[in-house]
Amino acid sequence: MKLTEILACPGEWLSGDGPHRQIVVSSRIRLARNLTRTPFPGWAKRAERLETLELIRPAVEALPEMRDAYSQNLTELTALERQVLMERHLISREHAAKGAGSAVVMNAEQTLSFMINEEDHLRMQAIRCGLQLQEAYRMVDRCDTELGDRLDFAFHDELGFLTACPTNVGTGMRASAMLHLPGLVMSDQINKIINSVNKIGLAVRGLHGEGTEAMGNLFQVSNQTTLGESEEQIIERLTKVIEHIVEHEENSRQVLVERRLTTLLDQVGRAYGILSHAHSMASKEALNLLSVIKLGVDLGLFPDTTRVMIDELFIETQPAHLQKGAHGQKMTAEARDTLRASLIRAKLKKLPKPNLTRLKAAEAPKEPDDE
Amino acid sequence: MQCDVCGEKDATVFLTQIVEGKMQKVNLCESCSKAKHIDDPTAFEFADVLLGLGTAQQLERSPAARKCPVCGFTQADFKKTGRLGCSECYTAFAEGLSAMLANMHKGTTHVGKVPGHQRVKRELTMKIKTLQADLDEAVAAEQYERAASIRDQIRQIEMELSP
Repeated sequence: MKLTEILACPGEWLSGDGPHRQIVVSSRIRLARNLTRTPFPGWAKRAERLETLELIRPAVEALPEMRDAYSQNLTELTALERQVLMERHLISREHAAKGAGSAVVMNAEQTLSFMINEEDHLRMQAIRCGLQLQEAYRMVDRCDTELGDRLDFAFHDELGFLTACPTNVGTGMRASAMLHLPGLVMSDQINKIINSVNKIGLAVRGLHGEGTEAMGNLFQVSNQTTLGESEEQIIERLTKVIEHIVEHEENSRQVLVERRLTTLLDQVGRAYGILSHAHSMASKEALNLLSVIKLGVDLGLFPDTTRVMIDELFIETQPAHLQKGAHGQKMTAEARDTLRASLIRAKLKKLPKPNLTRLKAAEAPKEPDDE
Repeated sequence: MQCDVCGEKDATVFLTQIVEGKMQKVNLCESCSKAKHIDDPTAFEFADVLLGLGTAQQLERSPAARKCPVCGFTQADFKKTGRLGCSECYTAFAEGLSAMLANMHKGTTHVGKVPGHQRVKRELTMKIKTLQADLDEAVAAEQYERAASIRDQIRQIEMELSP
């Protein structure tokens, strides 16, 4: 399978369906595994990293799940191609920067991906649409069990799976969900939510994980700790918290519709206007405006059939995706902004003007409750 | 109150951390707290930045000259990167790591998945641990017959464990 084929399809998590799909964009489980008594990638010499690669890559490619997989050494990919994979969350930001000895293997559906010689020897992840942490874990757990029979994973009786960073030791698992929370941001409740989520030992991060900014009202919620709780316990706890956040988001949207309808319609209208008429747009601005349109779709202001197109624009307007048609020539930021604006203008021709009837009905004074 | 790091500006950020029942306090001015990323409590560096009272010092509880026998990794390397050298480092620096892990995680013992080929071995080692505790108890209570029988059980399991 070739990279171009991978890139031609949006990936299951973007186009598929799952519980709480409107607010929970995707669910992801990542497992970190290492070979026993072998230097971790960050400490290994080049020759040792290549040896590790030779051991792990064939084992991953032999998995039944990975028939027709896309498998590539990172040195064979251009910087732009790696960034495209990162923008799709198929490899991490850290992995995109790796050189000799690092590789990526992923299935055609883009639901499973394996990073070889990232911070750990092997990081495998499953990504699914909506709130499906359990399902994602089942997928990646199956691969892990099979690989564990072929590879000698470092495991300690007391500490569990051993990882390069002590923060991952134990299960080696990071479970995370990408949430779209415009309601909580608009109603200034987001910081309260982030603080309380942090207090119970979960992390809230931006679009591309640790240390990245929250753009487009997208937030990643994940477990902080990996030792002392089983995989199932972590997933269960995280799922409950996410369901709570979803409920808060739904409530805050309801409140916005009931009490601040004009502000809400103004924001959606402005986003629609700017996106359909701008001639230069930075990626951050695009994400923030697209987020408002996405909220509009959720609220029935735009037809539900336009949902996938809007969701795809979140990815297609990212810098590397934008340039993938430019045949490896690096574009200037200005040229990218122009291209981004024209791409959005073209796509938004298919998006009808906001249909206010449904929300206006909500605003109209309620009739006496005589049903 | 002055900042503990620069010793110049007034401290406005006060950190208290309890490590193994010992309280450690650090006072920082605003710019030093930002420089050390203490304004972001989610960052892993949190434990690492407390003027060396965090991660780094905890590792130093292992004898200073210690090197991992498998990969040659040292404490200084950990201080630099916050990552370990190989799986054996967890044994080489066990003393220092245990306090750090206790701070970092919910518990100190893995309770999740165990890879297939490790399962039998792990069950046996866990059993030895329980038996060892029983043995100590029996000896303390001067129940020597019971102690002898437990000791035999331990020996038996140890035989199974060593190939």
